[in-house]
Amino acid sequence: MREYSDKIRQVAKSLLESGRVDMVIGFTDGTLPMKSVPYCAGSVTAADKLVIDAFSGVNLANYLTGRKEKIGIVARGCDSRSIVNHIVENKIDREKLVIIGVPCTGLADPQKVARTYDGEISAVVEEGDMLTVSGSVGDSRIEKAAVMDDCCAVCVHRNPVISDEMVAEPVPEQEGTGRYEVVEAVEKMSADEKWDYFESMFSSCIRCYACRNACPLCYCPTCFVDETGPQWVGKGQDEIDVRTFHFLRAYHCAGRCVDCGACVRACPMDINVRLLTRKMEKDCRELYEWEAGMTSEKRPVLDVYSPNDPDEFIR
Amino acid sequence: MAKTIKIDKQQWQDNFSRLLGTYRVIAPQVKDDVCEFRKLAEGELPELAFANTRRSPKAAVFPQTEIMLEYSLDEHDPEKNIMKPATDGFPLTAVVGIRPCDARALTLVRLNFDTPEYQDPYWLGRYENTVFVGLACDAPDPVCFCTSTGGGPYDETGLDILMSDRGDFFLARVLSDKGETFLETAGWKEPADDDKAFAASRKTAEEKIVSAVPNDRLAEKSLLDLHAAPFWDNIAFACINCGTCTYLCPTCWCFDIQDETYGKKGVRMRNWDSCMFPLFTMHTTGHNPRGEKAQRVRQRFMHKLKYFVDKYGQGVMCTGCGRCVRSCPVNIDIRAVCERMNDYTAETEGA
Repeated sequence: MREYSDKIRQVAKSLLESGRVDMVIGFTDGTLPMKSVPYCAGSVTAADKLVIDAFSGVNLANYLTGRKEKIGIVARGCDSRSIVNHIVENKIDREKLVIIGVPCTGLADPQKVARTYDGEISAVVEEGDMLTVSGSVGDSRIEKAAVMDDCCAVCVHRNPVISDEMVAEPVPEQEGTGRYEVVEAVEKMSADEKWDYFESMFSSCIRCYACRNACPLCYCPTCFVDETGPQWVGKGQDEIDVRTFHFLRAYHCAGRCVDCGACVRACPMDINVRLLTRKMEKDCRELYEWEAGMTSEKRPVLDVYSPNDPDEFIR
Repeated sequence: MAKTIKIDKQQWQDNFSRLLGTYRVIAPQVKDDVCEFRKLAEGELPELAFANTRRSPKAAVFPQTEIMLEYSLDEHDPEKNIMKPATDGFPLTAVVGIRPCDARALTLVRLNFDTPEYQDPYWLGRYENTVFVGLACDAPDPVCFCTSTGGGPYDETGLDILMSDRGDFFLARVLSDKGETFLETAGWKEPADDDKAFAASRKTAEEKIVSAVPNDRLAEKSLLDLHAAPFWDNIAFACINCGTCTYLCPTCWCFDIQDETYGKKGVRMRNWDSCMFPLFTMHTTGHNPRGEKAQRVRQRFMHKLKYFVDKYGQGVMCTGCGRCVRSCPVNIDIRAVCERMNDYTAETEGA
């Protein structure tokens, strides 16, 4: 994806120069290898630092919430669907947005890259489908597909669903990715097995809320876990409170989550929080034929009632 | 001169079985590829071939949730509503494999919990009952910068024992009586002559610390100038205001006190809290003096790199462990922020 960077800078500069936008939100290189970070370019000079690559793991729609400026924003498939959510939920004014569309070829997982390299990594450069890893034991070239982020590996909407200017021709969408295999494995478990599974899964949670804060959907002025009058959830490390946070958060995202994976990538403890939202996503697809963020013409599926809604599961 | 003991790796199982009879042993363990300090069970051994754990071992003396007091809400209980101390008695604990940065961090945290006015019984109770068995860093991570913050990969500050890995065995420098007792309990007593070897390893390890973070001019800076510096908005832009940096940090000590009731019983507990959270400073009036993200980001760095420096005169409240640098979801890098603050002059950079 790195090759899109020039074009992104070019579009950004022209938008900033013409005054169509006050700022362009995108990515820039971080201080560590495999870490591209959200960046706001407020001037033509600042736009020189814009890049995008296989390590731009944050959902940029998170940086739009409630902003009033005229904004240019870099958007891949998942970012664009989250932007659609924001438009539908009145968190951003479409008229003030210029969406710079990026046909995404997927992220690489830094931990998977690190496992392929028997030394200290100092840089990873993306070129087309290949990554060149350099560091203490020389250069090594690997295919991005072999170290693909789990979320991107099963993505079926790589191209932006909404954009004003595309930086390249759309890429082919992936098919038959075994999207819900992990969810299905859990669905097949007995109640006891599920209990053990989730108990173990959340045992390392430190309640830093990185998953919630990395999520563009989590824009509530006061999150239910932060409510103090009344206080809904205990603040300690009681496992019931920890699980309450995760399960309730997942339900809040039902019918809205676009499965961008920003939550999982933000978690400092490697908890697969995305598993829960993916179950919601699967149910919405199966029960309501609904995929979040695909159109700004419809309200989110759990936001509307229709007499024809399926109800077998509550009978 | 400190005494040195040779610890043979072959017989660890026996030694640790003996230790577990006396100590609650907390040591690095790997679960699902994540290395963390955990309580060792019989038959388990510390995992010492690691760069550093995800979280610091500060929870050994400062648990994320600590029950401080308990009370009854039962109408028929003559002691209803009377708060009573509730602790686990601060069991004798050994933190094995703690890195010098993390041990040094606890000595900085102590400045907060052990003051002339207040001595925190919980923190101090645990700290005093803990023996810190350090492991020198012979292969520091590229983001580590302990040598910039007054420590080093062989720093002995806050340690009772410092071990250096020699392949088949460890050399252990005994630094306190607590350390001596620990080694005796384990049954490690074979003396070794170490000083030259230790000095050489120390030098090699220090040379491997590649990150240098200048902080020598922070003390002389004007606090108000730094507070009003124009760069905070930029630094804060990417921040998602999660608690990763503060919860992984070995020197962050902030907590929140909460009461929880369960039926007719209640407890008063304290939990880790984070200056990154809006709720941290929310007043009961609804006013929040740090309602904006950039204010909270500034607070974290100002506390570590300026307020603490000014208040205690013992350098920065950071030991260069690198955790926040590695784990920040959006790569906000304290090394870059520190350098920026250290170089800042209002005349040249100010508005």
